Formats: sequence, C-alpha cells, structure tokens
Amino acid sequence: MLVPMSIQNNERKQADVIVQTRELNLFYGDFQALKDVDIAIREKSITALIGPSGCGKSTFLRTLNRMNDLIEGVKITGEILIDGMNIRDEQIDLVSLRKKVGMVFQRPNPFPLSVAENILFAPKIHKTAQRKNHPMIVEECLKSVLLWDDFKDRLDMNALNLSLEQQQRLCMARLLSVKPDILLMDEPCSALDPIATERIEELMWILKENYTIIIVTHNMQQAARVSDDTGFMLLGELIEFGKTKRIFTNPQDQRTNDYITGRFG
Amino acid sequence: MRHNAYQTQKIAFVLLFIATVLVVLPVIFIVFIIVQKGWHAITWEFLTAIPKNGMREGGIFPAIVGTVYLVVGTLIFALPLGVLSAIYLTEYSKDNLLTRLIKLAIINLAGVPSVVYGLFGLGIFVIFLKFGSSILAGSLTLAIMVLPIIITTTKEALDSVPQSFREVSLSLGASKWQTIQYSVLPHALPGILTGVILAISRAAGETAPILFTVAAFYLPHLPQSIFDQAMALPYHLYVISTQVPNVSVEIRYGTALVLLVMVLSANFVAIVIRSKFRKMKKW
Ligand SMILES: Nc1ncnc2c1ncn2[C@@H]1O[C@H](COP(=O)(O)OP(=O)(O)OP(=O)(O)O)[C@@H](O)[C@H]1O
Ligand SMILES: [Mg+2]
Repeated sequence: MLVPMSIQNNERKQADVIVQTRELNLFYGDFQALKDVDIAIREKSITALIGPSGCGKSTFLRTLNRMNDLIEGVKITGEILIDGMNIRDEQIDLVSLRKKVGMVFQRPNPFPLSVAENILFAPKIHKTAQRKNHPMIVEECLKSVLLWDDFKDRLDMNALNLSLEQQQRLCMARLLSVKPDILLMDEPCSALDPIATERIEELMWILKENYTIIIVTHNMQQAARVSDDTGFMLLGELIEFGKTKRIFTNPQDQRTNDYITGRFG
Repeated sequence: MRHNAYQTQKIAFVLLFIATVLVVLPVIFIVFIIVQKGWHAITWEFLTAIPKNGMREGGIFPAIVGTVYLVVGTLIFALPLGVLSAIYLTEYSKDNLLTRLIKLAIINLAGVPSVVYGLFGLGIFVIFLKFGSSILAGSLTLAIMVLPIIITTTKEALDSVPQSFREVSLSLGASKWQTIQYSVLPHALPGILTGVILAISRAAGETAPILFTVAAFYLPHLPQSIFDQAMALPYHLYVISTQVPNVSVEIRYGTALVLLVMVLSANFVAIVIRSKFRKMKKW
C-alpha cells in the first residue's frame, strides 16, 4: 500500500474551490468536444478525470491553461473561473495564467539540455531570478520531485539520458520552477512501468501538500488510489463528479457504474 | 536458365556498384588533374600578390579577396532574410493558398539557372537601382540566388524540432517569440548552419550571376567600397582560361585549385556539422 493510511484517514480541511467551470462548451469547428461541463475543483486536492478515449479529458485540461488557443477553429462558451477570475476574459494575462496553471504531458518531454538547464528554462525566460539564485532554484525544484540526491553531482548530465521516470520527474521539477498553483497532468504515467508509476503516484501525494492536481488517467486503479475526487466523462459530458471513494463504491449513474466495472467499450 | 533471387541480387549489386563508380570516377579524375597541374603554382606570392604582366604572372590575391567580400555580402543579405522567412513559414503562416504558393515559388526559385539571376541582377540592381557594377549589386544578386537554399534548409531544421518543445515552452508561459528564440532556434541551429555553408559554397563558385553585376576583368588594386567592382575567383578563372592568351597552365590550374579548396572545405565543414548534429539528436 503506497498511501500511508494516516494521510488517507485524516479528515482533510474543508478546502476552497480553486477551479470552477460553468456551462463550459467547446467546439472543434462543428464538432462539440465538451458539453455543459460544470465542475468545482478544490484547492490542494487531487482530482482524477476518467472516461473512454476521445471523451474530452485532454480537451478539458487544455482549456484550463488556454492551450486550446493554439488550435485553429476552437470555439468556447461558458465560464472558467480560476481563483474567481474568468480566464476566458480577453484581458487575462496569458503568461501569469500559464505560470499559475502548469502542465505535465503524457510523454516525458525534457529539452535535450542538461538537468539544470531544463529547470532554469522558465526562470531564465521570465527573468524571475538572479543568476546567483539559480543553483538554489535547481536544488529546490529537484528536491520537490525527489531527484536531488540522485543528481546533485551530475546536474550537467543531458536530460535525455535519464530514465523515463526520471525524465517525467524532471518535467515536473521544470514546471515547479514557475511556482504554479495548479498542476494539470495528462496521463503522466502512461509511458512508465508499474513501479515507476507507483513512485510518481507517491510523489503526487507529496505535491498535494502545496499544489492542486488534476490528473487524467486511463488507469482506474490509479484514479482510485491517488485521487480525492473523481470525474467521469463520456462524449464530452461530465456524467458524474464526486468523492473518489463514493464514485468507485456507489456510483449514482448507470454509465459510471458500467465504466468502472469494465462493462464499457 | 532460371535465375534465383540470390543471383538476381548479385547482378543488381554489381550494376549498382558500376554505376556508382562511373559517377565518382570523373570527380576523382577532375580533382586529381587540378591538383596535379595546379599544385606547383601555389606559393605564398601566388596567394598574396596582385596579378602582373597581363595576369600571366604574379598572384590572384584580389580575386580571393573579392570572392570573400562577395560571400560575406551575400550572407549579410541572405541570412537574416532567409532565416526570418523560414521562421515565418514554419511557425506563423497558416496553411492557406497564399502560403502554398509562396512555398511553391521558393522551390521553383531553387531551379532557376544562375545566368537568369545574373540578368535579373543587371536589370534591377545595376541599372534600375543605379548601383552600377559593384560589390553591392553582385552580393544582392548572389543573395537572391542562395535564398531558396537558406530558406529550405532552415525550414527543414525548424520542422525537425519536435512539436513538444514548443508546447512545453508555451505551457510554461513563454510567448510565441520566446518559444521560437529559446526552444526552437537553438535546436535548429546546426541545420541552419549547414544551409549557410551550402549557400557560401554556391555563392563562391558561381560565375554567371557575377558576370554582369560585379566582376572586373582586371583590377590593379583592391576594392575600396561596396560600390566598387571586384575581381572574383570563378570569373578570373574564366578570364585567364579564355580571354587572355598565353597564360601558363600552372596559373590556370592553380587558380582552379584555390577555388576548389575554398568550396570543398566549406562543404566539408557542412558535412561535419551535420553528422555531429545527427549523433547529438535523440528525440
Ligand atoms: N485539434 C482537434 N481538432 C478536432 N478535433 C479534435 C482535436 N483534438 C481533439 N479532437 C476531438 O475531440 C474529442 C476529445 O478529444 P480529447 O483528446 O480531449 O479526448 P481524450 O478524452 O483526452 O481522449 P484520450 O483518452 O484518447 O486521450 C475527440 O473526439 C477528438 O477526436
Ligand atoms: Mg487525451
């Protein structure tokens, strides 16, 4: 059992809602990928999104840091509130939004640079830190993802020579350098073996102390193990959303039940 | 008699090998002749003195300098323009009819015979813009000739940078331009450099584009400004081989050897960079 029982049983503080969507619709051209999604995600919790392939999980994640802006022909209606601010507002500062809402991708994708340079990529671009503080940032970020002890003596190693799990951790560390509040993770373990997956899940538990995590996963056990809340999506709709324990033990919707019991295409 | 697959394969191998040898032999032969006949002309004086006695004696220094000037001038115009338009085409332009037309035009531009560029340069830069026959006019003409090379290689280099680099960079809050600057261009640099070097060797070696736009038959001094004419190696070679009687074989082949070495060493550098790049790249 990777999750310490003490943490699991602890009554979590009633956390505030940090992400809220209201009647969120998204169209790729004529195709509607999200339908009236209403969700409220609590601060410093882990929320899992599950559902069959193509149901819009990644699309939903990408609306939260406005990465869908890059795709041509995307139309969005409805409200997306992060910390009470409507991020669909044209006035919103994309740079600060994306610093606040960071993303970990499905395939580990470090730059073909050294471990240290990967982490310093964002601080250098945003000029948020003086040069003399760079070593400190590297250390801090690597410590947060438990890579520091392994790499403190080889910070100049090319990141592409790391194992996939280490690469994914490094990508998280690179993200932490911009001090985000929310971490979006789109199937972060799908390129990893079961043991590496387990270790990343443990890391997510640690990160939860300081960050709000939204994770998309195809792995039902992972969702059950790691998350506080779970949302089940189907064909662009959020069918059911609630405490993970309840969703997996007592789903209210027949379709959720079918999916989690594996009676689903 | 029935041939089995193995025999057929053997025959094919032999044929392919002969074809390759037939292609390579003349090249080796040409290089060999030029080295053999030109070798003795290469002295310090030959490389650093100006031509004397109707170009039958002395050196080829002004032609070497002229070629270097032209190559530098070409790059000054072609490099920024070529790289920027490649960036526009890969990173910014939408895939519409206009973009496709532009891409088609660039591909076709690469196939235009070099003498046509020469005439174009004469019409536009020398006569219409009144630059006269000058380093400026010649560099601009050569720049237009090598633009397609630089654009195409830069575009390929940019395309080979994985999309994920761009996504990560944007997701970390970088602007589009910062993304290009910090997570695309650095990884495309070796490829761009290859294109630059290919452009250099093309610009250094062509005669037709400089014929009407810059090349001087004979200059007793080095060019003083970009509005001066200049001697250049390929044209000088043409002159001493066909226009001036009684130039010794050694001088002619020596000039050819210098030009060949300049162009081949540029190409060699390009090949080394490219192979280094291939080894480095693991994504
Ligand atoms: N750029 C796009 N243009 C048009 N349609 C798209 C685009 N991206 C996704 N879609 C469509 O939107 C729907 C939702 O896609 P999305 O990637 O969000 O699904 P997903 O739930 O993440 O699936 P998976 O589990 O396979 O990753 C799919 O039907 C997909 O075909
Ligand atoms: Mg997806």
